[in-house]
Amino acid sequence: MEAQIPKTYLMNDAKFYKVLVFVNFLVPLSLLSWDAYFNQLGANPVEFFLRTTGVLTLSSLLLTLAITPLRKMFGWNGLTKFRRMAGLYAFFYGCLHLITYSIFDKSLDLGAIISDVWERPFIAFGMIGLTLMFPLAITSTNKMIKRLGGKQWQRLHRLIYVTAILGVIHFYLIQKSDFTYPILFGLALAALLGYRIDAKYGSGAKKKSA
Amino acid sequence: MGNSRKIRSSEITNENTFLNRRAFLRGGLLVGTVAATGLGYRFLNPPPAKTVATSDIEGIKKSLESNLKDVQTPLTDIANYNNYYEFSTSKTAVASRAEKLQTRPWTVVIDGLVKKPKVVGIEDLLKFDQEERIYRFRCVEGWSMVIPWVGFPLKKLIDKVEPLSRAKYAAFQTFYPGANPTDKEVKLPEGDNGMQSSLFAGISFPYVEGLRLDEALHPLTLLATGIYGKELPNQNGAPIRLVVPWKYGFKNIKSVVRITLTDKQPPTTWNVSAPGEYGFYSNVNPEVDHPRWSQATERRIGEFRRRKTEIFNGYGEDVAELYNGMDLKRLF
Repeated sequence: MEAQIPKTYLMNDAKFYKVLVFVNFLVPLSLLSWDAYFNQLGANPVEFFLRTTGVLTLSSLLLTLAITPLRKMFGWNGLTKFRRMAGLYAFFYGCLHLITYSIFDKSLDLGAIISDVWERPFIAFGMIGLTLMFPLAITSTNKMIKRLGGKQWQRLHRLIYVTAILGVIHFYLIQKSDFTYPILFGLALAALLGYRIDAKYGSGAKKKSA
Repeated sequence: MGNSRKIRSSEITNENTFLNRRAFLRGGLLVGTVAATGLGYRFLNPPPAKTVATSDIEGIKKSLESNLKDVQTPLTDIANYNNYYEFSTSKTAVASRAEKLQTRPWTVVIDGLVKKPKVVGIEDLLKFDQEERIYRFRCVEGWSMVIPWVGFPLKKLIDKVEPLSRAKYAAFQTFYPGANPTDKEVKLPEGDNGMQSSLFAGISFPYVEGLRLDEALHPLTLLATGIYGKELPNQNGAPIRLVVPWKYGFKNIKSVVRITLTDKQPPTTWNVSAPGEYGFYSNVNPEVDHPRWSQATERRIGEFRRRKTEIFNGYGEDVAELYNGMDLKRLF
């Protein structure tokens, strides 16, 4: 017989782990803000802030996409609880990225932003990728999942694959000559998407039906 | 449950102890993971390195070109935001990696279409009258600085070797292990000096640049030996570098070991790497956009709002005549 855990001042495990993940996702932003406040972002703070929020967006996206493969491969079912949070953090860092660009790079000049999107493919890729995250963020609540129905909701949320691909291309295109980081992100994304393709159509799918 | 024995009540953890231990573990987990995440962030974004002090340059003459009224960029920014791909493609990582570069002994070979080719030691280069020149510096990436260089006009050195009339261009080369001049009198530091391979930089080494001879002989064109009255920090191209203030930063080749006069336009590193993005001339021009970013504006380091970029980086009065009749949009 399992012992009854008494009602206590401690939150339950599920809640605690959510707080844990939430706080960890906030660490980069806290350090970034700390450095910004104490003027320690280096010679070009705007460029640093822009680049860092961009990398954080991509990292959060990859973490979101890593949850399902990890859960299936190692049976870590508990991870699913953090998927929404990771996705919303990707959206949040993406918004910070866009705001930094719009205010400090473009001085909120809408005309300049539009012509930038029009003339420069890498900006367009980033903009489309980020725009696609809006419907996902809006439909991330339990209520919306119910309203849309699981199947529909799932189909809609596959847009995250498009966002992640556009995000990596965006990152690749901005580099001058050293592509190390975009390639690392690209390889990680390819593995995460490859796992899904394999699970659906490849050997993974066969194993299931056998 | 077959092999379990009965648990005595004295063995059951007391509720408060259980909760305390749990709270303690959770606290540990929270602190531990936050520390790990934070350290990971710091590892990827290290704080800027301290600027290594270099020795004073004696007897610097303030020249007329020093009248630039713009606010000068602080040395900490000039010395911690560098494009020097031989060390790192991260502008903030260059300073610490470049500490390994030995800048003595150092010689510069001047050869090619000249009457008197020479190998000149850095000690002799420092004997040219050193002047202060406060120049705007505009990077092709869209940022700019105002830098009080110390140095002397390149013309003074070129005049010493007496160019032949066939000479139309000057080609420059940066120090790179395994690719340096090996002429008899050449004395350069041995070893790898902390420089990385081309593979990671994505451009080929040794870094090479070039100017038309009239550009090279222009009075604004400088061989810089210092910044703020002191010898150049390694990351800024010690011990001697080119400064051509009306061109994008990458034309201002660092740590020069060879200057060769030629009759043909010499290859230049970024042009070879991406001809559609970087031209041979690379004069600062707000009208000609780089395919991936606009050149109409720039962020002056230390300022938040972008400012308008000026044609020839504001030196049009002095240099525009070099390009009379040229289509600057085609010959960018």
